[in-house]
Amino acid sequence: MKCSDFLNELTNYLDGVLDGPTKAELENHLSWCHNCYVVCDTTKKTIEIYRDSQLYELPDDLRSRLRSAIMTKCQEHKKRGPQSV
Amino acid sequence: MGAIQNKLEGPVSDELTLVQAAKRGDDSAFEELVRRYDRNVFRIAQHITQNREDAEDVVQEAFLKAYGNLAKFQEQSKFYTWLVRIAVNEALMKLRRRKPERTVSLDEDIKTEDDSLPREIADWSPNPEQQYSQAELREILSKTIQGLPPGFRTVFVLRDVEGLSTEETAAALELSVPAVKSRLLRARLQLRERLGRFFQKRESGDGDQ
Repeated sequence: MKCSDFLNELTNYLDGVLDGPTKAELENHLSWCHNCYVVCDTTKKTIEIYRDSQLYELPDDLRSRLRSAIMTKCQEHKKRGPQSV
Repeated sequence: MGAIQNKLEGPVSDELTLVQAAKRGDDSAFEELVRRYDRNVFRIAQHITQNREDAEDVVQEAFLKAYGNLAKFQEQSKFYTWLVRIAVNEALMKLRRRKPERTVSLDEDIKTEDDSLPREIADWSPNPEQQYSQAELREILSKTIQGLPPGFRTVFVLRDVEGLSTEETAAALELSVPAVKSRLLRARLQLRERLGRFFQKRESGDGDQ
């Protein structure tokens, strides 16, 4: 397996959707190819950092404000009838 | 090295019950759907638009559109996937309005230089995110993802931040599964490379601070 082959399968590998033999082949490549090991490890870390980052959390006060605005508009829409959105 | 676990495994069993109640005119059921997904929609919208006010508008417009079109919602798919599709379209419209000079589309095949092959292979520190305060880290992550084309960051946020499956992401974005996979790989690799500037092991001197 070449590094480019490994890279093509990286997303499937990280998502855990490979069949047994392909996964074993990739892991064999990882066991001796330091560069691919680093790329794989840091890509996994990239995903985890974003997933756990709490980037763009909706603050509670804004959340209530938005929800109440949404529900008010929904009720106005209901009064006006179904053609208004 | 194991597979990544998705964080979103929302309770979908009673989602359909809420949707059906909302369709019959029960607004408290619809409000419960808003409560359930408003944070997700806001996060997705802000990732795409990179603008807080636009993201607030998208949350309102997406839910209002969902409310108005609830009767048309086919219950074969998940309500959340349908809502995400509406929200992504609203967010892209905002982006187009704000940046009319740049074409913003999910359909075109995004051409970039050959970014699939990593240029930078240096390893990272063991817990790189801990080198920064929460605020600094958020700034780094936000700036970094802003640098990706909208089509890439949209796929990344749906798959990796919100935890939609590849198939759900494809359905929400009306893309093929191979297109989602290809964009996801490139988004992940580009983010990895860009984050490397902040997270790489320092070779000497100040390396162990």
